[in-house]
Amino acid sequence: MTGKLVEIDDLKVHFPITKGIIFDKVIGHVKAVDGVSLSIGQGQTYGLVGESGCGKSTLGRALLQLTKPTAGSVKLGGVDLTTLPPEKLRAQRKRMQMIFQDPMSSLDPRQNIESILSEGLLAHGIGGNRDGRRALISRTLDAVGLPQWALSRYPHEFSGGQRQRIGIARALVLSPELIVADEPVSALDVSIQAQVINLLDELQNELGLTYLVIAHDLAVVRHISDTVGVMYLGALVEEASSNDLYRRPLHPYTKALMSAVPVPDPLVEERRERILLKGDLPSPANPPSGCRFRTRCPWAKERCAQERPELREVDGHKVACHYAEELSGLLAAV
Amino acid sequence: MTALARKKIAKLERLAELAAVHSKEQGESLWREALKRVRRNPSAIVGASILGVFILIAVLGPFLVPYDPGQIGVGIPFGLEVKEGQAIYPGPNSEFWLGLDHQGRDMFSRMIVGARQTLLVGVVATAIGLTLGCLIGGIAGAAYGLGGKRGRTIDNVLMRFIDMLLAMPSLLLAISLVALLRPSLMTVMIAVGFISVPIFARLLRGAMIAQSNAEYVVAATSLGVHKRKIALSHILPNSIAPVLVQATLTLATAIIEAAGLSFLGLGNPDSSQAEWGTMLADGLFNSRFDYAPHLALFPAIGIIITALGFTLLGEAMREALDPKLRK
Amino acid sequence: MSLLDVQDLSVVFHSKGREDVRAVDGVTFEVRSGEIVGLVGESGCGKSVTSLALMGLLPPRGVKTGGKAIFDNGVDLLRTDQRTMRDLRGREIAMIFQDPLSSLNPVVPIGDQVTEVLTRHRGMKGEAAKKEAELLLDRVGIPDPRRRLKEYPHQLSGGMRQRALIAMAVACRPRLLIADEPTTALDVTIQAQILELLKELVHQDGTAMVMITHDLGVVAGLCDWINVLYAGRVVETAGRHALFAKPTHPYTHGLLSSIPRLDSVRGERLNPIPGSVRDLLPWLEGCAFAPRCDRVTEACVEGPPELTGGAHAFRCVNPVLEESGQDEAALYSREVSGAIE
Repeated sequence: MTGKLVEIDDLKVHFPITKGIIFDKVIGHVKAVDGVSLSIGQGQTYGLVGESGCGKSTLGRALLQLTKPTAGSVKLGGVDLTTLPPEKLRAQRKRMQMIFQDPMSSLDPRQNIESILSEGLLAHGIGGNRDGRRALISRTLDAVGLPQWALSRYPHEFSGGQRQRIGIARALVLSPELIVADEPVSALDVSIQAQVINLLDELQNELGLTYLVIAHDLAVVRHISDTVGVMYLGALVEEASSNDLYRRPLHPYTKALMSAVPVPDPLVEERRERILLKGDLPSPANPPSGCRFRTRCPWAKERCAQERPELREVDGHKVACHYAEELSGLLAAV
Repeated sequence: MTALARKKIAKLERLAELAAVHSKEQGESLWREALKRVRRNPSAIVGASILGVFILIAVLGPFLVPYDPGQIGVGIPFGLEVKEGQAIYPGPNSEFWLGLDHQGRDMFSRMIVGARQTLLVGVVATAIGLTLGCLIGGIAGAAYGLGGKRGRTIDNVLMRFIDMLLAMPSLLLAISLVALLRPSLMTVMIAVGFISVPIFARLLRGAMIAQSNAEYVVAATSLGVHKRKIALSHILPNSIAPVLVQATLTLATAIIEAAGLSFLGLGNPDSSQAEWGTMLADGLFNSRFDYAPHLALFPAIGIIITALGFTLLGEAMREALDPKLRK
Repeated sequence: MSLLDVQDLSVVFHSKGREDVRAVDGVTFEVRSGEIVGLVGESGCGKSVTSLALMGLLPPRGVKTGGKAIFDNGVDLLRTDQRTMRDLRGREIAMIFQDPLSSLNPVVPIGDQVTEVLTRHRGMKGEAAKKEAELLLDRVGIPDPRRRLKEYPHQLSGGMRQRALIAMAVACRPRLLIADEPTTALDVTIQAQILELLKELVHQDGTAMVMITHDLGVVAGLCDWINVLYAGRVVETAGRHALFAKPTHPYTHGLLSSIPRLDSVRGERLNPIPGSVRDLLPWLEGCAFAPRCDRVTEACVEGPPELTGGAHAFRCVNPVLEESGQDEAALYSREVSGAIE
């Protein structure tokens, strides 16, 4: 059993909603992340799925301390990042890196590739002189499958897939332990997505990287994750090993999410029964009482409105549903 | 292998090449691409040609003049009429191409020498405004974007100061400044520069705040890059384009405003130094406009054409640098 | 009898000082009443340009269209005058766009935007139009339509906006709906709702629909007939069962085997298509897919391959004909049905 690299405990990120002309008055909070605990083992991939507005991206950024958490702790290899003074935190940053969704907007359009890739090295004093940095950079370019002549080019001269490779190279060049990938393929064309997914897989095998992959596409997450967590309105509703979750979802939301994913096979599409959820995601500024999913849950009962279900162990899954046991039979039958 | 097959394989390789990234050797930065676009724009070419001629005249002018522009009464031997107590010199003729002003000085020589003054006032005033404005706006923008709560306070203080400047009518501000510092060429430049400070400050601050929310700034933060370096090497270069465009446009207004101050009698008091604004005022007030309208007309045309040149170039730069219009 | 018959459609963009761009090149397909036809492809394949050309929404300058698009055995949509086209748009042919927020007027209440369509094309006025608008919103599944009619687009969620847009599109019971990536901006659970709604509307009204998307999954569940586009040309066209059971063009085949699947094993390698689509369309010199194709031979560059193969046609000289595709698909469907049905 390998050790845990990332330990997140009861993490909360609340954004104040302010009003006022001269003095800002806080009139409420958007609870983007509201009490999430999870841990990621060394060399493992944790996949986080959920719809837009569920707080998955905020969680990723709070883990990297790019957004200050309101409460809770984030430990990276035993170091609590939330209490570190700024300069110490900056030094820790080379251990954890991020891959962004939109490779165009996350690359400074006025920097050429060499300058983009050497920026992190310079910030942490890695690689020594210019030649040392060059060597590191050119090795990284090889690793992500970019040609050496890319160095003098600018981001706008590359295609989407290549830009994403540049983003990956930028994260990789610092030899981090953890990489948070926020929707790493959703901005790419279908035929390019597989290239990038394979690349992420290979890099993990070679370098023993630990990933937190955030995505809305269940198939992608399922493909690269060891453990998958499903988020709804700022909290985890289910967590299980990738295979278990897809074979036997216990939470009604997980089930609904999975049944909504279109499958490129007409035979399956014709036979499968969809659980169509009613309505939209409620506002995270004013979440429903009790279970947050109850307003859209086809099986909601009275108890769901009163008690907020805790994440508890059921059949090897962690589920936040009062009726997980009863529903597991029902969901399997659907 | 047959020749045909070889040809086909060559063709195939060409296809692969077409599908590969680029055929050019060197990468092209956004600045260079913008420059290319400016060069293709006809209004930029017109603007740049006007300015080229203007700058050439400004630089070489004093060596070209046929008469000493300050010498009073060069034209007296060529005839002088007195009407209602004012001297009227002959209009444009083969000897004095643009005629003579109310003191009998050669208009053509004065126009040429005036170009230098006008350019000097425009450039120096804009430079003053640009420097001060960028300093204030840059600090405010960086503080707001990256400095957290304390940064917002800094920004607030700086911006309220800028708001105060903005609240005053610009010409009034300039007039008060000139009145306070006594009229001189330097004062005019300071005053005209000062009134463009709020524009530059607001523009740079806004652009920097918008850029500081950009994803690549988050990326740089997550790399562990220092905040100061993020502000200087990422946010600033990506925010400076609209400021540069504004600077070009401000050159035009600075020239007009400086002329305006001279027109109001707050310009350079040394009247032997030819300046288009003063010449315009002289043409209107110190000579008979009804008998010699050309004395006001020529400086006015000079000012208009120069301002037009800067504006055309500025607009072309705006088009070339605007990311929305790119591609 | 076909409702829309597109023959050899081509769209060429001119811009001064640059080479012409052939965005669409010889696209042929037909749509019958009550049928959903899919145009699938990646960005730059010409699918959206095709829809804009059919709606007469391409900019008038710098664009040259060729071919024919006969609507209802009469009007050629590419050659009619602006007035006829304006009349057809909205009443006979309606379009649903990807981004509902930018297709709705932000300063006009939803209700007024719906009634405007009714007034313009169906001559309804006042109370009658209002009532009909309410019915329409109700029909597309917007709860509490009376209140929603007074709301502005920004007050609605993404899914509701798309519903409102669909309500406007079906207001005049058009005979042809063109949907351009209608669910791409939406979450999966909302996407499922919208797709269900579209299916229902087509089924009830007998409307024909052209569905433009990049998502093979969406197409598999929705479309009767599918055209796969690559670099401005149809590379494969077939009924949906035939297409997914036996993808014949290497591009279709490659796409289907490169998509991560819900049932795949963790760590399994995907089979990506190498390279990426370029803006240049070298169809003139041969198959545009050749540089990315693992089955490429010399024959591929002799000239652009023709669309051959009868009902299940493809544009390839060296197609994927072995049974493996079918096996994989069958295996896949068996496993998936166990996992997610």
